[in-house]
Amino acid sequence: MAGYYEGLFILVGINIIAVLGVSILTGFTRLFSFGNAGFMAIGAYTGAILSKELNTPLVISIIGGMIMAGFIAFLLGKITLGLKGDYFLIATLGFGESIRVIIENMQSVTGGARGYSGIPMKTNIWVVIISVVIAVWIAWNLLHSKIGRNFQAIREQEMAADAIGIDSAKYKNYAFVISAMFAAWAGVLFAHYFSFIVPIMFNLVKSSEMTITVVIGGLGSLTGSIIATTILTLLPELARAAAEYRMLAYGVAVVLIVTLRPSGLMGYREFSFKKTVAWIKNVFNRKKTSSPEEEENA
Amino acid sequence: MIWQQLVNGISVGSIYALMATGYALIYSLLGFSNWAHGDIGMIGAYIGFFSLATFNLPVWLALIVAVAGAGLVSVISERLAYRRIRNNNSPTMFLMIAAMGVSITLQNFVLVTVGSKFKTYPQILPVKAISVGGIYIGMLDLISFSVSLLVILFLYFLIERTKFGLAVKAAASDMQVASLLGINVDKYIGLVFLLAGSLAGVSGVLLGMKYTVYPQLGNFALKAFIASVFGGLGSVPGAIVGALFIGIMEVFVAGYVSAGLRDLFTFTLLIAVLVIRPTGLFGKDIQDKA
Repeated sequence: MAGYYEGLFILVGINIIAVLGVSILTGFTRLFSFGNAGFMAIGAYTGAILSKELNTPLVISIIGGMIMAGFIAFLLGKITLGLKGDYFLIATLGFGESIRVIIENMQSVTGGARGYSGIPMKTNIWVVIISVVIAVWIAWNLLHSKIGRNFQAIREQEMAADAIGIDSAKYKNYAFVISAMFAAWAGVLFAHYFSFIVPIMFNLVKSSEMTITVVIGGLGSLTGSIIATTILTLLPELARAAAEYRMLAYGVAVVLIVTLRPSGLMGYREFSFKKTVAWIKNVFNRKKTSSPEEEENA
Repeated sequence: MIWQQLVNGISVGSIYALMATGYALIYSLLGFSNWAHGDIGMIGAYIGFFSLATFNLPVWLALIVAVAGAGLVSVISERLAYRRIRNNNSPTMFLMIAAMGVSITLQNFVLVTVGSKFKTYPQILPVKAISVGGIYIGMLDLISFSVSLLVILFLYFLIERTKFGLAVKAAASDMQVASLLGINVDKYIGLVFLLAGSLAGVSGVLLGMKYTVYPQLGNFALKAFIASVFGGLGSVPGAIVGALFIGIMEVFVAGYVSAGLRDLFTFTLLIAVLVIRPTGLFGKDIQDKA
């Protein structure tokens, strides 16, 4: 049973790393991408091939996968980031699905649609913990640096950002490359945990799941994304008994959140321990005076 | 051989066209891609299947029930999800995410209630093919092509020649001004959802007859969606041209290059078109307004 919980923990960690990338791209730069599963696939396959064929240590495989995905994202971003709104989204969707088809057709290198097996199982709980801590640290510091503020300026209004001298094309490409690298990181860990990967694991459904997670967590909240990932990864597992209904409930939940609480779980705010304590105290105080609730969870 | 492939391509393309017009209609009004459109078609296919196989309705009645049912589901989804989001003034991307939720909901609702088994439509049309100068045209292909053509002509008439079409075009060009001029925008959005849902229902039934019915049938609509982007989001003629083009290209790639690479060609073409012409073939230029 300990192994089961460890597996869940590892899965949550891997998903958090991938979703952090989407959060930077979608939550902070307001670019919607359906191609992140494609980058995850690039990372997973690059890392797996490096580990299996060249016996590289895991760190090198991760870095190799990230560089590969980052490079491809850079080229793709150069040609597609000029597209607006839905058109950009469709281009990334086309890219993600293309990657899957290309991997399926590169039989000799990737094993094709039947999958790539025999990847050394190097992902364990410690690797995941260290990876998540580093990933969160990088994402947090990035978003609180000049680059992160430029992202948010582009999110609020691209034209205004351009007008005050932010090279929005450049920073949009930064966000795109960074999110691809996070996805690839998660992909490499994923491959080294299951030791077997199939292209269909990285399909459109996976990409849309990541975007939905970020929306549920709150566009513009890093901690919101982390909380949403944890909930959405664990809930289906806890509700095993009702397995048939869990995807139905998931669909309904997405609609309810987007319609009734459009800012997501956290809105623009970040989770902070101090504020939570203050909020709990406030709840108790309010009960005494019995005034209607006004402030949401902070 | 080439002509045979062309006929097959047009037959696939005409079903894509039916779906793609639905995407274009909704995009032109609300500026979002209705991700659940294909799943509404799937619901239509199931309603058609059950009215034929379980309730033994005559074919024409079954078709009407299926189309009306799909239209109704479309309207309900608009009432419950999209209208509230519009009233919230949320970014339009939220509409699309809600549509993704609706899509997941519909697929899994069918999965839970009906099950994942493939259903085959009862044999209501003769399977024989007619031969015209050495080209074989399946009866079903011929019928689906004619139905698509009729529906699209009807749609053209509706949009270009009626008061309804005028109101829809006015709302599409500027919703606020249209409502100031006395057009009940909410009513027309509902009607457009009814229309788009019915179109999806027709294509769902045709797809169900051509292949089988299963909960993921809606994924067919991805190609129709690509077609509507290819033709220019929000443009009905563009969607039709794009759908026929993609249908024909798919059949040719599968026939002459490799069936496995079919989707790769479609997606590469999509990205290439967007890079060269960022608004598709007939799309309006969208610019940020200061």
